[in-house]
Amino acid sequence: MTPRHRDTRATVTPAPSISVPAAWQAWALSFLSPDEKILAWVAIDLDARLRFAQELVVVTDRRLLGCALGNNASLEGEPTCREWARRDGQRLSHDDHAGVGTLELLDGNGRLHHWRYTLAQDAAVLRLVQAFGRRQEEPSPESENGAALCPVCGTPLTADDDGCPNCAADGTAPPPSTWILFRLWRFAKPYKGSLLLGFILMLTSTAAGLVAPYLIMPLTDDVLVPAEKGVPVDIGLVALYLGGLLASALLAWGLGWGKTYILALVSERIGADLRTASFEHLMHLSLEYFGGKRTGDLMARISSETDRICLFLSLHLLDFATDVLMITMTAAVLFWINPWLALVTLLPLPFIAWMIHQVRDRLRTGFEKIGRAWSEVTNVLADTIPGIRVVKAFAQEGRETKRFQEANRHNLVANDRVNRLWSLFSPTVSLLTEIGLLVVWMFGIWQVSQSNISTGMLLSALAYIGRFYTRLDSMSRIVSVTQKAAAGAKRIFDILDHVSNVPEPVQPVPLPTVRGQIEMRNVVFRYGNRTVLRGVDLAVAPGEMIGLVGHSGSGKSTLVNLICRFYDAAEGAVLLDGIDIRTLAISDYRRHIGLVLQEPFLFFGTIAENIAYGRPGATREEIVAAARAAHAHEFILRLPHGYDSLVGERGQGLSGGERQRISIARALLIDPKILILDEATSSVDTETEKEIQKALDNLVRGRTTIAIAHRLSTLRKADRLVVMDRGQIVEEGTHDVLIARRGAYFRLYEAQARQVDTEFALAEPWGNTISTTDRSPK
Amino acid sequence: MKPFQLSRNAFGRLVLTADDGRIYENIVPARAFPISAPEAGLALIDEEGHERAWIDSLATLETALGSEIRTLIETVLAEREFVPAILRLRHVSTFATPSTWQVNTDRGETSFVLKGEEDIRLLSASSLLITDRDGVQYRIPDIAALDKHSRRLLDRFL
Ligand SMILES: Nc1ncnc2c1ncn2[C@@H]1O[C@H](COP(=O)(O)OP(=O)(O)OP(=O)(O)O)[C@@H](O)[C@H]1O
Ligand SMILES: [Mg+2]
Repeated sequence: MTPRHRDTRATVTPAPSISVPAAWQAWALSFLSPDEKILAWVAIDLDARLRFAQELVVVTDRRLLGCALGNNASLEGEPTCREWARRDGQRLSHDDHAGVGTLELLDGNGRLHHWRYTLAQDAAVLRLVQAFGRRQEEPSPESENGAALCPVCGTPLTADDDGCPNCAADGTAPPPSTWILFRLWRFAKPYKGSLLLGFILMLTSTAAGLVAPYLIMPLTDDVLVPAEKGVPVDIGLVALYLGGLLASALLAWGLGWGKTYILALVSERIGADLRTASFEHLMHLSLEYFGGKRTGDLMARISSETDRICLFLSLHLLDFATDVLMITMTAAVLFWINPWLALVTLLPLPFIAWMIHQVRDRLRTGFEKIGRAWSEVTNVLADTIPGIRVVKAFAQEGRETKRFQEANRHNLVANDRVNRLWSLFSPTVSLLTEIGLLVVWMFGIWQVSQSNISTGMLLSALAYIGRFYTRLDSMSRIVSVTQKAAAGAKRIFDILDHVSNVPEPVQPVPLPTVRGQIEMRNVVFRYGNRTVLRGVDLAVAPGEMIGLVGHSGSGKSTLVNLICRFYDAAEGAVLLDGIDIRTLAISDYRRHIGLVLQEPFLFFGTIAENIAYGRPGATREEIVAAARAAHAHEFILRLPHGYDSLVGERGQGLSGGERQRISIARALLIDPKILILDEATSSVDTETEKEIQKALDNLVRGRTTIAIAHRLSTLRKADRLVVMDRGQIVEEGTHDVLIARRGAYFRLYEAQARQVDTEFALAEPWGNTISTTDRSPK
Repeated sequence: MKPFQLSRNAFGRLVLTADDGRIYENIVPARAFPISAPEAGLALIDEEGHERAWIDSLATLETALGSEIRTLIETVLAEREFVPAILRLRHVSTFATPSTWQVNTDRGETSFVLKGEEDIRLLSASSLLITDRDGVQYRIPDIAALDKHSRRLLDRFL
């Protein structure tokens, strides 16, 4: 982010000159007159033929300049500039389509020039357009309400933000590698004590396991070899050595048991913490995140990836640590017995290390692919099972099975690829260790023949070496599971590292009492590259009821989503009682909002629990009162289990209207200051609508209400109607005023009245006068 | 196809004159299947978003109404459509997302931020559509045609 430099030459004027990007500074000095003030600039990144290029468009107090560089890659060479002196009647307009914006300079007669840019420059372009439109004497928007604006994108910054939430840095994460597993330490930390104990147990049990081969040496040299030579066997000595063998085995067993138990316990807890942490983080991510991710993928990540990591921690990491310990200790003992023998033993080690290095990255990417393939399998499940009614209705079971098969086949292919690599790896390690053993035998026999070492020494060393190689073998196997866990950890940390697009302010402004005044200031919003709201200005007084109407797709639900702060506006701001909602703690803010959606969602649980969802502490009396007010009480009582009936998935089926009334009761119970009804009464028959309407009338009283409805009759209680069309507010006023104006609302009303007439004529009402689909994001 | 006339006004916008003599300003052409069949169906949409003319294909348009009108529509489409084809991946900042990609495209060199793996959409077994953080789309028409370095980088995200 480039800080906005003040031009030191400029005296205190209302509109200070701002400096252009460093690369253009020299040009600006030479090209502009000394007292010319730069009001705004934007680095346009496309040329007229839509090729990537560099062009600087500058608005100064006297002209508009567009300077293109011949060479697009570097900022070298003389720029070629075009300029337009500022005149009355000129205006800049901007628009975008499919990720590309167009900036046009127009006057009364036509288009003077146009520029194209990618949406990355959109905020800068907006500032340019505003600067161009503003009369020079007006102050710059440095602080609209005392808050500073981000110099890059114009988002208002709160005092405690050390960066702009809108243009936070991207693409700077460290590359994924096995090291990502060390990030799991954050989850292991709370179990430091148990981990240390487990480690000590591991150390001692490993050491105990090493006693046995050592006893082979005296057993051979002091007992076996003399016995062969006819010396009578010393029973006491044999008992001592054999007793030692038994004791060490028992000790190793006991310690090994303790270690395995403790560490398995800890790793299971780490895995559980990891799962909870990812879920908790997921819950706080914005709707945009969920809109972009597939349900199955998220489910796979949180369930199976955490499981893999847990398995890795509990089994493989433990084995690995034991192996490493064993190998170092064995190597130490070997060196102590005979350094030369030890050196020969270590011979295959460099080869194995080299092999591990070779396969490691390929294994991990392979496992990452498997993870994704697995997600795809879950995706098909998460897609098909909730949609099973449609599948069956169109008799597409076979096609879905094929889709599943295909996803499964992908999974198979991904696995095969890893297995091909891996199946070669393990036997190769075994082969190397066998060869190593062979070399040690040869070297050992030669040494014995030279009488450099005793037979006992060789046998004992061979016993150690046997263990050493077995451990090496099993240790090399960990490469695979480690990479598997690393791939899993990467996919988990993908979630954990994702910063919500609706960030929680660092120092939230306290919100003691809410009057319920809502204001939207020049709000622009887009889903991806589709601009859905184009500069919406709306003020709602406390306690006022606004009816929001407009064609399907005009952006009504989107506007409401912004008020609920499910998304943040790309430009502009939403204010509650004059406070930018981005500076309020999210849960604090949402507590004051009651939301009733067209497709109310009921969670698995009883009706009472569902009504009390927003206020789990509510008493039974309160729940019943809310249900009564929502006109849900009676139908609930008709259910065999009353308020204790199970609803939601697999529970008691409820009709659309019944579910809606439960969700109204839910909104009523939290007693919100702001109420948002997004087509709360579509999809029900007229009779039920009347019931719901009565329920809503209870709900609306004394609250700031924004109601969206297609049936205009639903909004007869509204104080003011707001008509939206293609992302803009086109009309505002009461029903009578709007009808008198004969504009957009009038046409909507007419169309509906006609339809009602034909409905009566056909005597076959379709339920909905205008059929709608709610496109609110999932 | 009903005959119509198309021209460009001083503001650079298309103006459509229908065969009944009605005039619509600010017309935009829109492909019905921009990805799967770009040449197949085209609609001329007015300011309000209503369809004012349907063109089965540019070829039939040319035989019916002449090549001038086809050229005009193609020019306007070319001005609207921006889906650079990636020819080479020079560098990716990280294999985790978000990741900054430096690429060569048929429209010059650039870099963009890939927000997540799910922004890579598989169009067919060998072609991809990638959407960057700002909603700009890039396509890879044929993965096999990329050089080895690019393929290796790309493979990490698939
Ligand atoms: N999650 C989304 N991603 C992309 N585009 C979206 C998303 N949700 C809505 N849109 C688009 O935004 C536009 C406005 O949608 P919105 O849901 O606000 O319309 P609406 O006025 O509520 O319509 P309706 O009356 O049909 O509910 C539509 O063109 C829609 O296609
Ligand atoms: Mg809607």
